[in-house]
Order: sequence, then C-alpha cells, then structure tokens
Amino acid sequence: MIENKGRPNRLGVKGWLGGGRWGFERYLYALHRLTGLALLAYFVLHIGVTSSRAFGENAWTSAMGAVKGPLFSVGEFLVFAAFAFHAVNGIRLALVELGFAIGQPIEPVYPYRTSVDEQRPLAIGVMILAAILAIVGGIGFLK
Amino acid sequence: MRDQRLWTWHIGAGAVILVLLGLHMTVMHLDAIVRVFNPAPGEPVDWANVVARGKSVFFLVTYVLLLGTALFHGFYGLRNILFELNPGAPAKKAMNGLFLVAGLVLFAIGTWAAWAGFTVARSA
Amino acid sequence: MADHTVTSEVVFRIRRFDPTTDADPHWEDYRFPCPPGMTVLEGLKQIKESLSPTLAWRSSCRMGVCGSCGMFINGRPRLACNTQVSELESSLITVAPLPNFNIIRDLVPDLTPMFKAHAEMQPYIIRDDTREQQQPTGEYWQSPHQLEQYLQFSYCIKCGCCMAACPTCATDPVYAGPMPLSQAHRYSSDSRDGGFAARKQVLSGERGPWRCHFAGECSRVCPKGVDPARAIQLMKRQLVVDYLKLGKQKCPASIAKVPDGVKRREGIPEAPPRTI
Ligand code: HEM
Ligand code: HEM
Ligand code: HEM
Ligand code: SF4
Ligand code: SF4
Ligand code: FES
Repeated sequence: MIENKGRPNRLGVKGWLGGGRWGFERYLYALHRLTGLALLAYFVLHIGVTSSRAFGENAWTSAMGAVKGPLFSVGEFLVFAAFAFHAVNGIRLALVELGFAIGQPIEPVYPYRTSVDEQRPLAIGVMILAAILAIVGGIGFLK
Repeated sequence: MRDQRLWTWHIGAGAVILVLLGLHMTVMHLDAIVRVFNPAPGEPVDWANVVARGKSVFFLVTYVLLLGTALFHGFYGLRNILFELNPGAPAKKAMNGLFLVAGLVLFAIGTWAAWAGFTVARSA
Repeated sequence: MADHTVTSEVVFRIRRFDPTTDADPHWEDYRFPCPPGMTVLEGLKQIKESLSPTLAWRSSCRMGVCGSCGMFINGRPRLACNTQVSELESSLITVAPLPNFNIIRDLVPDLTPMFKAHAEMQPYIIRDDTREQQQPTGEYWQSPHQLEQYLQFSYCIKCGCCMAACPTCATDPVYAGPMPLSQAHRYSSDSRDGGFAARKQVLSGERGPWRCHFAGECSRVCPKGVDPARAIQLMKRQLVVDYLKLGKQKCPASIAKVPDGVKRREGIPEAPPRTI
C-alpha cells in the first residue's frame, strides 16, 4: 500500500455499522452481511446433520432428536427469518448493483435526488415483503 | 480479472439459490400454508417425508445444485468480508486456499450424502 | 438554535491534534457568539483569530468549489464552507477531521491515497488516435443525451467526503473508494472515450467496484450531487456485461468534420481564428 504520513484515523469495523446519522441502506447493508454469515454458519452444520440420512432411519431420527427442543425451534425460526431478509434484500441488491432501479444519470439540481432515493421505494417494498414472509413462516413454528 | 469473474458468478449463484432455496424453505417451513412434497402426515423432517423426497431424481439433482451454488456464494461472500478487514497478502492467499478446500470438501460430503440418501430411499 | 435571525452563543467542539506534542487527538471547546448566516468555516476563522491561533485546517474558495474543506461535522462528512451553523439545528457543533484518512494535524486529513487511486484510474479521455488528440482537426461528436451520461459525475470536486462516509473505506485501504471509481466511470461512460479496456486492468481486480455493497452513504453526503453510488453500480453493470460478452463493442465518437460543398448562409460571421 501507499506510504502515508500522519496518524491513522480509519473508523474500523464500527464504521461498517455506522450508527447515529447514517441512512436506511447502511443498516440494510449491515443486516445483509450479518444474515449472510448466519446462513453460512447454519448451512455448514446443516450439511453435517442432513448427511445422517445416508445411514438410514435410525441415524436420521437420532440426528433430528439432537436438534429438537424450544432452543432449536427458535434458532430455526431465526434461520428462516434470516433467509427471508437475505433473499428479498438480495433481489434488491442484485438489481441495484447491476444498475437497475437507480435512475438515469441526470444534471444534479439542488436538492439532489440520488440513486439512493431512486431505489428507496424498492428498499421499503422489499422490507415489507421480508416481514410478511417471516410472519407467514412463523405460523408454522407456533403450532 | 478475478473479482470481475467471481463477483458475476456470486450474483448468478444468488439467483439460482433464490429459486432452489425458495422451494426448500417452502417445503420445510411453509408446510402449514402450502404443503408440497410432504406426502406423509406429520413434520416435513419426519423420516417418511425425507424418504418420499429422497426417492426422486429431481430432489437429488436440485440438492446437489443448491449445495454447490450456496457453498460458492457463501464462501465467496465470507472471503470478501474478511478481505475487507485488510489482512496481509499472505493471509489473503491462505484464506483463498482454505475456503476453496473447505468448499470442495463440504461439496463432496453433501454430494455423497445426497447420493447415499437417494439409494437408501429407493431401497426403503 | 430556534431563531436563525439573531446572534446566539454556540460551542464549537473541535478535535485537535498536534503531531509534535500529542500522542492522540483530543476535543477542545470554543464558545463564541454566532451571527445569523455564519458558516462552520467562518466559525473556524473566528476561533483562529480570537481564541486559538494554532488551529489548522484546509480551505480555499469558501464557496463549495475547491474541495479543500471536507470535515466531519456533527457526525457527517460535509464541506465546512457549505454548511451553515444554523442548519445543524444545535448549539453544539462538533468538528473532526475526515475519517478514513490519516490526520496530519487538527482538521487536516492526508488525502494522498485517494489522489493516488484517482491517478490509477487514468481519469482522462483515452483514444487510439493520439495524433488527432495532439493536433486536433475538429471536435468530437457528442449529443446532449451522451453528455448527460457522465455530466453529473464530472461535477466532483475531490473533497473526500464520500470516502469518509463509505463503510468499506472504514477498514479497507485496498478498495479504491467512491471518488476514484466514480471518476473512472465518468470517463468510461464518455462517448468520446475509448479507455475502458485500459481501466479494466485495475477495475476488474481487488481495487475495483466489487467491495461496494450499496450502503449508499457516498451519494448521501456528496455536496455536489455527483452520486458516486450510481456511477459505481453502472460501472459494475458495464464490467459484468463485458465479462459475459453481452454488449457490442462501442467505437468512440468520431470527429465532426465541416461538411463539403455546403454554402454558408448570409449574415453569419466567420468563427474567430484558431488558437491552437
Ligand atoms: C436466497 C437467495 C440469495 C440471494 C438472492 C442472495 C443474494 C446476495 C447478493 C446479491 C449478495 C451481494 C451483496 C453485496 O454486494 O453486498 C449476497 C451476499 C452474501 N450472501 Fe447471499 N444470497 C442468497 C442466499 C445466501 C445463502 C443461502 C448464503 C449462505 C450460505 C448467503 C451468504 C452470503 C454472504 C456471506 C454474502 C456476503 C455479504 C457481504 O459481503 O456483506 N447468501 N447475497
Ligand atoms: C431452517 C430450515 C431448514 C430445514 C428445516 C431444512 C431441512 C432439510 C432436510 C430435512 C433435508 C434433507 C433432505 C430432504 O428431506 O429433502 C435438507 C437438505 C438440504 N438442505 Fe436444508 N433445511 C433448512 C434450511 C436450509 C438452508 C438455509 C440451506 C442453504 C443454505 C439448505 C440447504 C440444503 C441442502 C443443500 C440440502 C441437501 C444436503 C445434502 O444433500 O447433503 N437448507 N434440509
Ligand atoms: C479594482 C481592482 C481589482 C479588482 C476589482 C479585482 C478583482 C478580482 C477578482 C474578482 C478576482 C477573482 C477572479 C476569479 O474569480 O478568478 C481577481 C483575481 C486576481 N487578481 Fe484582481 N482585481 C483587481 C486588481 C488586481 C491587481 C492590480 C492585480 C495585480 C497586479 C490583481 C491580480 C489578481 C490575481 C493574480 C488574481 C488571481 C487570478 C486567478 O488565478 O484566479 N488584481 N481579482
Ligand atoms: S464524489 Fe462528491 S463527496 Fe466524493 S470527492 Fe467528489 S464531490 Fe466530494
Ligand atoms: S455505495 Fe458503495 S462506495 Fe458508496 S459508500 Fe456505499 S459501499 Fe461505499
Ligand atoms: S473552501 Fe473550497 S470547498 Fe469549502
């Protein structure tokens, strides 16, 4: 890297989260990151647990027995909610990061209307969808 | 070169996962509302239902596909997050190797399990 | 600060750092009366004149044009000259140097890494016809629509506010950052430019737009409405289309030649003589 003078002043990991005066999409970014990591952690364990079906019914039932109980039930709901958020927010990000839904370049006239404002309705719509999905999925856990 | 290629596939994999995991989650968690691929009564994770799905070539193929795409998508995402913490060049190299090996090993385990589960279900 | 038409007391809480005497930066308070219409930059000048002559910062144009005075004001990167004390709606004004850059002294950040990254992007029009560029025989065609594709991005004053707001820049010095990337796109999206392949050498790797996750902060804080986030996402599209070979290769704009055999209309004066 480039040799720098002066005293380092990077915000560090807390700069990922922002906090205080940052905007809506900043928090969606942090949450997308968190849910992505959570899904990956679950997925690696999941491959292990579901592999037990290769050894027949007894192995499967005992593996399933190991992950029963209210704690795992809540955990499973959290995985579902993380999936619901990451999936629908992922649709938004894939669209936006490929240049859709952010509007065309325009001559900026104050007050500026940026790409972030352009995709805001999409961001809000997608969050409503994630909430509905999480609630619908939650019904299954309540029974 | 590298990130242009890998990032394109990261997004492409996201689209594939969306469809396949969407189905998986519908089968596993929305069974109270839309009950598909769960012929036996009881929970979707009960052995009878696992066997019923396990018999089908469709689930064999889509599970292996989901396995591969989700592993690539997840590990590339993890790699990016860790790279943004600015580790040194040797650490980056080590992580690239580690995640590649971990992904391939997990893919091998999962594929074996899917195939073995398929044969178990067929004979059950 | 309810009434913006009268002079009222304000406190400027300033992050001070003198590399010759201090190990770490510290906060210091300065209290003084603030007349209506005072900008944060004028407040700093007031402090330097009457309260603390050692206070250091960078500014020049005092009208949002030169890009010198980017600072972290009340928790957001802003231009000190472009921010009125009254618009902050608080009698406590905190002023710190732009984060994600090293501090040289007090409010002076070291923007060198940003400028190095900017230079790496080859921020100028690149063409094969270098002879024509050095000895032009005419102008290049460009429609108003083509102009609009990059005009917005060309308003950047290199103040670094976007870099201070970007979460990726908070940890990652390899990522080129919103300013250099949006300037790369400013040229790659110019119909007169043929330099995409040259810039791709940098953009397709680690310094490229891949570490941008559309947190959108850069566009929210940019004082000139440049919208770097838009430029970066359009750049990603361009690079993905390039990788998947979905797009047609575009030729840079041709020279607008004076058409042959056309008679000049009466009463229109000749153009002034060429100066180059
Ligand atoms: C359901 C379908 C999914 C979609 C549509 C999707 C979409 C996306 C997109 C578009 C990104 C890039 C975001 C960015 O540029 O910051 C991303 C990042 C990521 N995804 Fe997914 N994803 C899905 C499922 C998953 C799953 C199942 C996992 C775990 C195995 C996962 C783990 C990650 C991780 C770790 C990241 C990196 C996050 C970051 O860099 O902040 N995703 N996803
Ligand atoms: C939390 C809710 C989940 C439940 C209840 C669940 C349940 C199951 C079950 C019962 C199986 C065995 C095959 C079958 O019966 O059809 C399975 C396999 C699988 N699941 Fe899930 N799953 C969940 C979440 C996930 C997530 C989030 C992912 C992806 C990131 C995922 C990916 C897979 C894959 C790839 C297989 C095949 C594994 C192999 O063949 O080794 N599942 N899941
Ligand atoms: C009535 C007398 C003068 C008036 C009203 C005047 C006004 C101005 C103004 C308005 C500018 C800013 C132009 C800009 O926006 O770039 C300027 C710039 C300047 N003036 Fe004067 N000026 C006067 C006399 C002089 C004299 C006598 C000198 C030198 C002998 C001088 C040297 C300069 C220089 C060097 C600049 C900077 C040019 C640049 O780089 O922008 N001015 N003046
Ligand atoms: S894009 Fe905006 S915030 Fe960033 S350097 Fe340029 S003018 Fe400043
Ligand atoms: S949109 Fe991209 S470049 Fe701009 S602040 Fe967010 S992550 Fe940084
Ligand atoms: S002093 Fe020039 S931009 Fe503020």
